[in-house]
Amino acid sequence: MLLAAVSSGWYLSLAALLFSIGALGVMVRRNPLVMFMCVELMLNAVNLTFVTFARELDDVGGQVVVFFVLVVAAAEVVIGLGIIVSILRRRPLATADDVSLLRG
Amino acid sequence: MVEAVVFGVAAVIILGGAVGVVVNRNAVHAALSLVATLFGIAVLFVAQEANFLAAVQVIVYAGAIVVLFLFVIMLLGVDTSENLDTDPLVGQRPAAVVVSLLTAAGLIAVVVTSTVTGIPAASARWVRDGDDISQIGRLLFTDYLFAFEITSLLLVIAVVGAVLLARTKPGDQIDEDEDVPELHSDEVPVDDAAEEEEAKS
Repeated sequence: MLLAAVSSGWYLSLAALLFSIGALGVMVRRNPLVMFMCVELMLNAVNLTFVTFARELDDVGGQVVVFFVLVVAAAEVVIGLGIIVSILRRRPLATADDVSLLRG
Repeated sequence: MVEAVVFGVAAVIILGGAVGVVVNRNAVHAALSLVATLFGIAVLFVAQEANFLAAVQVIVYAGAIVVLFLFVIMLLGVDTSENLDTDPLVGQRPAAVVVSLLTAAGLIAVVVTSTVTGIPAASARWVRDGDDISQIGRLLFTDYLFAFEITSLLLVIAVVGAVLLARTKPGDQIDEDEDVPELHSDEVPVDDAAEEEEAKS
C-alpha cells in the first residue's frame, strides 16, 4: 500500500513552493501569456493542497472543490486568452505594461 | 518507501517545470514546462489515491488548456523571445523575489508549526475502495448541487464571451505614432449587416 509513507507536510510544503514560484512569475514576467501560465501554476498548487487535505481528513469534499477549481480555471483561460488575442491583434508584442489603460 | 521515491521524482519534475515557466524567454518553451508541472501534479494525485482527479488533470489541463495556450501562441506569432535582461521598473525584480521568498517561508512555517484539525466528515466520508468517481459524483449532486448549477452557468457565459471576443472587427491600431510590427493576414471578415449599422451611426 502506498499510503502514509510520505506525510502531508511534504505535500503541503511542495504546494507552498509551487505557489510562490507562480506568484514570482506573475510579478516578474511581462508577457501576458506567460503571466497566465503562472496563474495556472498557482491554481495547481492550491489543487494539490486540497487533495492533500482530502486525504488527511478522509473527506471527498476536497476533491469536489478541486473539480470546481478546474472548471473555473478552464473558463478563466478561455476568456483571458480571448481578451489577449483581441489585444494582441491590434498591438502585436504588447506587454502587460502597454495595456495598463484597459483601453483599445 | 515507494511513495517517497514517487514523491521525490514528482517534486523535482514539478519544481523544475515551474521554474522553467518563469525563466524561459520563449513562450512555447514555457508552455512545455507547464506540461511537465501538470503531469507531476497528476502523479501526486495518483499517489494520494485521487485517481479520477489525476485523469481529469491530464485531460483538462495538459490536453485542453495547454493546447489552447499553444494555439494562441502560434496564432499570434508571439513565439519570439522576450527580453528578460532589462528591468523596466527599477528594483521590481529583486522586490518580487523577496516577496515570493517571504510567501514561501511563511506558508512552509505555517505547515511545519501547525497540525491539521477538523472533524472527520460524516456525509462526505472518503471510503478508499478505488471507486472515487461515484463518491465525487454523489457529493456533487447532493451537497454541492447549487455550486454545480452555477458552474454550468459560468461555462455558458465563458463560451458566449469567447465567441463575442473572437468576433472583433479590424480597426485602427492604437498608438499610431508608435512603430508596431504588422501581423500577417489576420483580417476578420465582417458581415454586411454589422457594417451597415456602423455606417448609419
